[in-house]
Amino acid sequence: MSSEPEPVVTKRQVLYCGVCTLPPEYCEFAASRKKCEEWLKDTHPEEHARLYNDQAITQKLAMTTLSEGRVAKEAAKMEKAMSKEEARMARELEKKMASKVVIKRAERNKRKCVTIVLGLDVFGVDLKKTAKTFANHFACGGSVSKNPQGLDEIVVQGDFSDEILELIHKNHPEVPRDNIELTEEKKPKKAAP
Amino acid sequence: MFKKFNLQGTMSGQNSVKTSTVRNIRLKLAKQFPGLEPCLDDILPRKANLIQIKCKDHITLYAVDSEILFFQRFEDPITPTLRLLHQYPEILPQVKVDRGAIKFVLSGANIMCPGLTSPGAHLPEENIPKDAIVAVMAEGKEHALAIGLTKMSTNDIKSINKGNGIDLIQYLNDPLWKTRID
Repeated sequence: MSSEPEPVVTKRQVLYCGVCTLPPEYCEFAASRKKCEEWLKDTHPEEHARLYNDQAITQKLAMTTLSEGRVAKEAAKMEKAMSKEEARMARELEKKMASKVVIKRAERNKRKCVTIVLGLDVFGVDLKKTAKTFANHFACGGSVSKNPQGLDEIVVQGDFSDEILELIHKNHPEVPRDNIELTEEKKPKKAAP
Repeated sequence: MFKKFNLQGTMSGQNSVKTSTVRNIRLKLAKQFPGLEPCLDDILPRKANLIQIKCKDHITLYAVDSEILFFQRFEDPITPTLRLLHQYPEILPQVKVDRGAIKFVLSGANIMCPGLTSPGAHLPEENIPKDAIVAVMAEGKEHALAIGLTKMSTNDIKSINKGNGIDLIQYLNDPLWKTRID
């Protein structure tokens, strides 16, 4: 065998855009292109200068093999896709604002009851971790289970409606107070963890 | 292949792999991907805690430290993930598509021969046989765009220049790319 040294292969560190999770050079194909560019400018100004300066853009256009007409058509399509994406995000945000977090108190045995919290996952809250936190806080049992509608809910053994409201507000400020609702409900079956 | 993939919904089992099986996998990978050999010790060290995740449709994922490294369908050859390919670009042979094709590849379309033979695209000098796993690069871009399976050898692609050239297995921002293990 020849005595060539083995090529040293090192792991490359790849930078991924914080907005679209693609390498920044592909951000122009993502619908969130403008946000990607802003993110890159804020966090990695050198990369931004490298990719977005005018020289790079004209170089890229010169390198490509698309005719002028196609380029213009593609640019128009991207604009449309971007505005559609923004409209979609706005709609989702609205839906989020409208959805409620419901805190219910239901009876389990004659003197024991459980507190049920519905609808936290819409706000991006990690249900399992939150259930554990509640249980630790009140020194009782807490878990996540599916209710008959198929939605996930946090069940805490004991009657803590008001305290839970305060806890949510303290730990998860992203849930606006107006969206939380306290109700009562009679639940005949035993809440199983 | 990962058009509809949701880890939460399809995961049926997760377990650590025995060291002997890890060794087996290393051998298979070294044989399959000659470009992978120098990096194999970095990616899969001898005492690696390799986790095997079984999903629906006979898909198996192999992960180390909550990062998915390889995947496999049925008993097909084990393929690296796109993220791994970005970190070690040399492990797969590379083909290049022209800029116009990037948009379609990013939505999962298979690559037709003209996209590989037009000016701006690039196929390697030596022949890559049919049914080989290749990295799909893009004109003007530094990082891989997708991982594909050749449906025709590159010589055929150059000469026939019609029809389906490369099937896409993985592309940027597909469901597997977005999957994270906790």
